[in-house]
Amino acid sequence: MYDMKALYQAESVQDAVALRLAHPEAQIIAGGSDVLVQMREGKRAGKELISIQRLDELRGVSLEEDGTLRIGSLTSFSHITRDPLIQKYINVLGEAVDQVGGPQIRNIGTIGGNTCNGVTSADSASTLHAWDAVVELTGPEGKRLQPIRDFYIKAGKVDIREGELQTAILIPKESYDRCFGHYIKYAMRSAMDIATLGTSVNVRLSPDGKTVERARVAFGVAGPVPLRAETAEKLAAGQPVSLDLAEAFAQAVKEDINPRDSWRAARDFRMHIAVESAKRAFIESVKLAGGEL
Amino acid sequence: MAQYQVVHFNLNGKDVEKVVDVRASLTDMLRNDFRMTSVKKGCEVGECGACNVLIDGEAFNSCIYLAVWAEGKHIRTLESLLGPNGELSDIQQAFIEETAIQCGFCSPGFMLSAVEILESGKEYTDDQLRKLLSGHLCRCTGYENILRAVKKVMYCRLGKELPEA
Amino acid sequence: MSIVGKSEIRVDAYDKATGRTKYYEDRMPQDALYVRIKHSTIAHGYVKSVDTSAAEAIPGVVRVLTCFDVPEHPFPTAGHPWSMDPGHQDVADRHLLNRHVRYYGDDVAVVIAENEVAAMQGVRGLQVEYEELPFVLDVQKAMEPDAPQLHEGCPGNILKHTDMRKGNYAEAIQEPGLIKVEGWYETPTVQHCHIENHGCYAYEENGRIVVVSSTQIPHIIRRVVGQALGRPWADIHVIKPYIGGGFGNKQDALYEPLCAWCSTMVGGRCVRVDCSREETFVSNRVRHAIRFHIITWIRKDGFLAARKIECFSNQGAYASHGHSIVAKGMGSFAQIYPCDHVEADAWTVYTNRPVGGAMRGYGMPQATFADEANIDECAAAVGMDPLAYRMKFIMPQGYHDAFSGNTNYYDSFRECLDKGKAYIDYDRKKAEFAKDTGPIRRGIGVAAFWYNTAVYPISLETSSNRMQLNLDGTVTMQCGETEIGQGADTAFAQMTAEVMGLKSYRDVHVVSCQDTDITPTGLGAYASRQTYVAGFAIKKTGRLLKEKILDYACEVTRQSVDNMDIQEGNIVRKRDGKVLMSLSELAMTAQYNPVHSEHLTAESTYTIRNNAYSFGCTFAEVEVDIPMCKVTLKDIINVHDCGELINPALAEAQVHGGMSMGIGYGLSEQLLFDEKTGKPLNNNLLDYKLSTFMDHPHLEAQFVENPEPTSPFGTKSLGEPPACSPAPAIRSAIYNATGVSLDVAPMTPHVLYRAFKDAGLIQD
Repeated sequence: MYDMKALYQAESVQDAVALRLAHPEAQIIAGGSDVLVQMREGKRAGKELISIQRLDELRGVSLEEDGTLRIGSLTSFSHITRDPLIQKYINVLGEAVDQVGGPQIRNIGTIGGNTCNGVTSADSASTLHAWDAVVELTGPEGKRLQPIRDFYIKAGKVDIREGELQTAILIPKESYDRCFGHYIKYAMRSAMDIATLGTSVNVRLSPDGKTVERARVAFGVAGPVPLRAETAEKLAAGQPVSLDLAEAFAQAVKEDINPRDSWRAARDFRMHIAVESAKRAFIESVKLAGGEL
Repeated sequence: MAQYQVVHFNLNGKDVEKVVDVRASLTDMLRNDFRMTSVKKGCEVGECGACNVLIDGEAFNSCIYLAVWAEGKHIRTLESLLGPNGELSDIQQAFIEETAIQCGFCSPGFMLSAVEILESGKEYTDDQLRKLLSGHLCRCTGYENILRAVKKVMYCRLGKELPEA
Repeated sequence: MSIVGKSEIRVDAYDKATGRTKYYEDRMPQDALYVRIKHSTIAHGYVKSVDTSAAEAIPGVVRVLTCFDVPEHPFPTAGHPWSMDPGHQDVADRHLLNRHVRYYGDDVAVVIAENEVAAMQGVRGLQVEYEELPFVLDVQKAMEPDAPQLHEGCPGNILKHTDMRKGNYAEAIQEPGLIKVEGWYETPTVQHCHIENHGCYAYEENGRIVVVSSTQIPHIIRRVVGQALGRPWADIHVIKPYIGGGFGNKQDALYEPLCAWCSTMVGGRCVRVDCSREETFVSNRVRHAIRFHIITWIRKDGFLAARKIECFSNQGAYASHGHSIVAKGMGSFAQIYPCDHVEADAWTVYTNRPVGGAMRGYGMPQATFADEANIDECAAAVGMDPLAYRMKFIMPQGYHDAFSGNTNYYDSFRECLDKGKAYIDYDRKKAEFAKDTGPIRRGIGVAAFWYNTAVYPISLETSSNRMQLNLDGTVTMQCGETEIGQGADTAFAQMTAEVMGLKSYRDVHVVSCQDTDITPTGLGAYASRQTYVAGFAIKKTGRLLKEKILDYACEVTRQSVDNMDIQEGNIVRKRDGKVLMSLSELAMTAQYNPVHSEHLTAESTYTIRNNAYSFGCTFAEVEVDIPMCKVTLKDIINVHDCGELINPALAEAQVHGGMSMGIGYGLSEQLLFDEKTGKPLNNNLLDYKLSTFMDHPHLEAQFVENPEPTSPFGTKSLGEPPACSPAPAIRSAIYNATGVSLDVAPMTPHVLYRAFKDAGLIQD
């Protein structure tokens, strides 16, 4: 039995917006794997909840006319992994969220919840950063789009404004077209774990597979919020594919990441793993893109 | 402050309705209101898998699922596996024969995940099965015989011979 | 023998497979009040006051009780047999709630409420004012003169110190040419993590207190609750239902005394205490973290000339099982690799950490990790293969330990090592893996252990047993040894059927749920004693019942008792095997005979004055990803000589579980504390890294079945031994793969990172 003050169940997005305005103190709950756990811990005990769990309109993946990939915020991790569009255009996202917790958590957890909780370790977050995802928020004024990098304000805090809720994650065509990526979750066990470090790399190679046109890399747990390592990205852009480049690219991530010391892992350890993971994820991405190393 | 709602759902093949406290988890409702003793509480935060049930065919930890969300859903607990005269399902039989049960506390959750896995009709490798079952913790078995049991049923249902270890 | 030795299906399998089995919470009366505990939020200090007013104002709160309300007298909690010798009794240092709080998570107050939410809100509403004291978490720092003192009368926080002297260490090390192999070895605080948390409920019935608890030791709980409440022990009625694992945590009085007391404070109403997972980690029991300092002096051929061992056992805040754990661990050193000159010391030291108690292996996983690590280094120091070194120096056949009276009747160690070596393909793989020089390297490791069976001669060993012939010819059996998931009931059914001459183990009804009002007094599940000690009483009682049956049969059949036996559930004439009557016919006749009616039953107690060595080893194969600081366990085998197997399938399953626990001990599990506050950091199943389904390879379990001569069924310990040697075998394999000899468990990536960096294997 949860120590909950009240539960308001939204029947539509508009209803949810209205509930948000009527109960500004209330917490949105989607799947429950974060909010209910925090409520039980006492952190959110005695609070009101707005449940958007029934908003089936926010579930599913679709391709918009301009080629934008649209992922409804309530789409569960397991549905993302199994989705043919995801598998075709951004398979790495499906692979990343397939490493969240265990199967039951992947059935209950949603991509919206994973990003709205503002946690740096979220398995979807680094890949969404690395692919320049755009967050769609719906509020009283209608829809608002925001690049995911601006959506994260600080640890545990994202830019959701009064009356708003997150309704979709969008991946523009320019972002996924001809891109191939790899995600490495570094954790202390092989399931039911949170990332000690999450590394998501993707590359677009020249048609002959010999040159890196664009490389992107984002990390989770390398800073208070997920972040991109732009120095490494710039270093790789336009360069011929090689193992040396992989090494240089990996070393360069140190310029931009800033992991902290915590009981979960030391800063120097995380730095070390970040470099090694970046190298391996880069090599794997290049191979997926048809490059030869 | 308690609020109550009527929730209608299908439990183990039967349409039911219940007035529930909105604060209740699905675990609370299934255990307290329906006496489903197969639904176990091991952590209450979705980490151990002992409270696993199938909701519309997918495995969920019922401890972090609100009871009112059951509205309109098809929910299956381990109790659904038993035949009308107490006949065991092939999964239960395999768990028994392969000594996959010790203290028995994690077993119902595991068996329900096995239902979801096996009802897919697919053939999985050992590594895939391990991953599909990884949402359950067990301290007695080292998972070894649970894997054996699930594999045994998988091959049997596929009409194939169980490969040599 | 025909019924024992078979892989029979568990007697409780059907109910467990259908979810019907009733654990304590499934038997909960609907009107039970919820007890929630307010735990200390400081590691050490005094409770100055508890403001209960806000909590008491919450609707549904029935009563708030604090550390200022509890009885003054202390009580012990360890699940040991009572001793009539006061000097041998467990340390009584507990109160139901504590004014002097000694760890972060100590029990300060309770809120009793009509519902769960009110109880939770009540606990949050309690305002506790503390006078904080300095605290100490490290075992050796706690021994320093200026360390905070946890208990009166324990200078240096030393709960107990014992030593062991054999030969003359000081003289022996003067031998010229000896090589000194010295190391410090560190083992972690880990928790049992049975999937069912501990919980219990209590109520008064006819002036007595009924306690239904998830426990391994119902009869001992009766005594401890009686002691805690200051009531005659027989006033306490304990019922043990099926339990969802215990592994030693539930071999202790956990919250039964508090729960019983709470009931008495609300007029005998039913109250329930349900530990959360977070509480289970912190406020139940943990495995003692033990630090070892070992100096081994070896000759050039590897011979162990002399050894010095110091063991520092971190007890945490209260005594619980206390010194017996490290004492058991210390006792292993002189025996496994016999050495004539040993000087060993063990200290059990109070610190401001969760309480160390019994846990599967009872000091031996710790000692085995340290000893096997040191032995690996000894082998390396003389350039010997670690397996060859063990084959040469491990306990020989015929070795006798005067204290326990144990004898190594066979060459069990070498038989086990041979079996493991063959399975893992030791020689070939070692040669092949030696060629690995890149970032990914493979290795093979080995470790051995020995283990006692039951607790003689340290403590009383006794087993009582009652058997009754039912009217259908089946036998109902009751004993105080408990089913905790390991399959004890099934083994007992097989043993009873065997002794009684029944057709099948299904003809035995083992009364699984002990009830101290009904069940013959016994001690419960611990010390890997179940089949060994229960075996004595089953044999004895079975003989008594058989004698009664045959005596009665003599009246009916007019055949001499000496010429009759029970076979396959029938009374038969020995000479020609003729079936004279079935047991059912005999039972019906005896019960309903108007002239001589008899309810055929027997009961006896057997005092066991024996112990037995159990042996085994682990071989592990690992792949080490050096840059990623990760170890993947690729293959692992445990080989055990636990005597003859009563039920091979169940024995194998026991080994799997112990191996899994041992793998976690070696690679991932550790309860962590904040150095600044003493607060536990990872007391949940997400942050505490219990192995998941994906963290294991196939677990291979094999046996060497050398019948134990002292044992009625040829058995000896198996429950705990499997957890002892996996961690050091993995350590050994990492050593083999990388050349890095680690001295700390668990060997997490954090540990590997530092070690590989120090060894120059990785650079930043």
